[in-house]
Amino acid sequence: MLPFLGKRAVASAISLVGLVILVFFLSRLTGDPTDLFLPENATQEARDNFRRLHGLDQPLIYQFFHYVGDLVRLDFGDSVRRAEPAIDAVMRGFVWTLWLAAITMSLVTVAAVVVGSLAAFHVGGFFDRVATFFSLIGASAPDFWIAIVAIVLFSVNLGWLPTSGTGTAWHWVMPVAVLFIRPFGLIVQVVRGSMINALNSAYVKTARAKGVKDRKIIFTHSLRNALLPVITVIGDQTTAILNGAVVVETIFGFPGVGKLMIDSILQRDFNVILAAIMVTAFAIFLLNVLIDILYAVLDPRIRY
Amino acid sequence: MASQDTDTLVIPDAPRPIVQILRMLWRDKFAFCAAIFLLIVVFCACFGPLLFEDIATKQNLRGRNAPPFDFSKDWLFWLGGDALGRPLLARIMVAAQNTLMVASGAVFFSLTIGTALGLIAGYKSNLTSQIIMRMADVIMSFPSLLLAVIVLFMLPPSVFNLVIVLAITRIPVYLRTSRAEVLEIRERMFVQAAKVMGASSGRIVFRHILPVILPTMLTIATLDFALVVLVESSLSFLGIGIQPPEITWGLMVAQGRPYLTSAWWLSFWPGLAIILTTLSLNLLSNWMRTALDPVQRWRLEIARKKK
Repeated sequence: MLPFLGKRAVASAISLVGLVILVFFLSRLTGDPTDLFLPENATQEARDNFRRLHGLDQPLIYQFFHYVGDLVRLDFGDSVRRAEPAIDAVMRGFVWTLWLAAITMSLVTVAAVVVGSLAAFHVGGFFDRVATFFSLIGASAPDFWIAIVAIVLFSVNLGWLPTSGTGTAWHWVMPVAVLFIRPFGLIVQVVRGSMINALNSAYVKTARAKGVKDRKIIFTHSLRNALLPVITVIGDQTTAILNGAVVVETIFGFPGVGKLMIDSILQRDFNVILAAIMVTAFAIFLLNVLIDILYAVLDPRIRY
Repeated sequence: MASQDTDTLVIPDAPRPIVQILRMLWRDKFAFCAAIFLLIVVFCACFGPLLFEDIATKQNLRGRNAPPFDFSKDWLFWLGGDALGRPLLARIMVAAQNTLMVASGAVFFSLTIGTALGLIAGYKSNLTSQIIMRMADVIMSFPSLLLAVIVLFMLPPSVFNLVIVLAITRIPVYLRTSRAEVLEIRERMFVQAAKVMGASSGRIVFRHILPVILPTMLTIATLDFALVVLVESSLSFLGIGIQPPEITWGLMVAQGRPYLTSAWWLSFWPGLAIILTTLSLNLLSNWMRTALDPVQRWRLEIARKKK
């Protein structure tokens, strides 16, 4: 296990370094923050001061090594916009996104596994057709559209739910519900496909022949074996939300890391972009390791 | 699937491949409807701007936010008018072109480049494949929407640039799938036989391995097409994709957003166009997965014999 983890860490570190280099130079090509933060009629002196203050007067390559030097000491630099350490802003947003992802994906997992398994039990039956059709719609739905239709329906017309922001539990309902739809549709289909295979296997026939109850066959015998591909997809979808549920966070004014990243790009707040990317990349690395461990737990044949 | 006219040419004992395909399509009614709908969308994309460009851009301030289902008006106004009184139906048909052009361009480039790189990475287990896979990792670990945002800030957000950005973010999908398939297929007997008979690497990869993995790649491409339509719409919705006066469905949803409370139809119809298109692609991809799989194909063929 340990050598495997080490290998994974090295591979992830390499891609993270690539990512940081890429983002560092790409983001600086998007424009000069001086033009954005100072008024149009700012004097040349003020501009020079601003540049010197944020180290923007140095050659790009020097700025890069300076940044990496700070990074080694875990100093992610300051946010130009917020006048606070970039990492603080990122961690604050990241906690929100983490909660959003955790709540959404737990609901999705439970719901999709139950619906998918039941659909697979009677392939072609009424429940299967309904489930397949709705999961396909779910997997095809544009989330921004669902989000604004939901706002019109539930906030404006019915007045049940707040339109945006955070505060009460009611504020979480719509973002979670909108984020729920696509992963749910995808995972139901994967569970269904994988369960159909498992239910056709020899050990299920044996269990049936022994007279084991249907429910036990579905949820104890087959599910455990059918879950491996499902976990992969769950991991991918969680990654997608952690990477920033940008659209949903923007529409619902949710202070997560996705919205922070978009805002920082618009404001040319380079340090925040980089810190946000590194934090999420690290979280995704941990998530993937967790998924690999889960594989080994579920299927004892898997060894690292 | 463009040639429908062939279904009259049924040869009793050996139906042509195209007839077979159409019959299998007819067996799956959902997929059949999906295919018809996609044909209509493709038709709009090809001819919509030619036929309706003028009507779709002509402002009519007296018909601002005209409500839908007013059948006394011209049929183009049946879905209502937008904030400048332009008929929504015509605008949706015109916008189909940009939406489909971006998506098909992106899918085409990512499919060809991704598959080619995947074939190389899978067939040559050495430094090249390591480098290719690490590069794919970098792209995969990059939030694709953010990559698009950053790049589109540097480059003007034209259709072409959008295609390139979306293609880059989708390459790893094809790369990884084709590589995984190649790793399995190159151990099979027919590849070994070709090797023994002295076939070159290029010949083995393109003449022996590529035809085997192509159905899988095309199925993924169909599914991915739906995803790219969604991503493009999200980008346009966020205001960093296609810029007005060009239109796409995502942009139309965004343009209708300020009028949500008073005129829901401005955002609703283009959103419905997106969802119906992606749903059709998903249904078609499901059908393809069955139709192209020799083990599963009987599900679509057996009922034909029953008839």
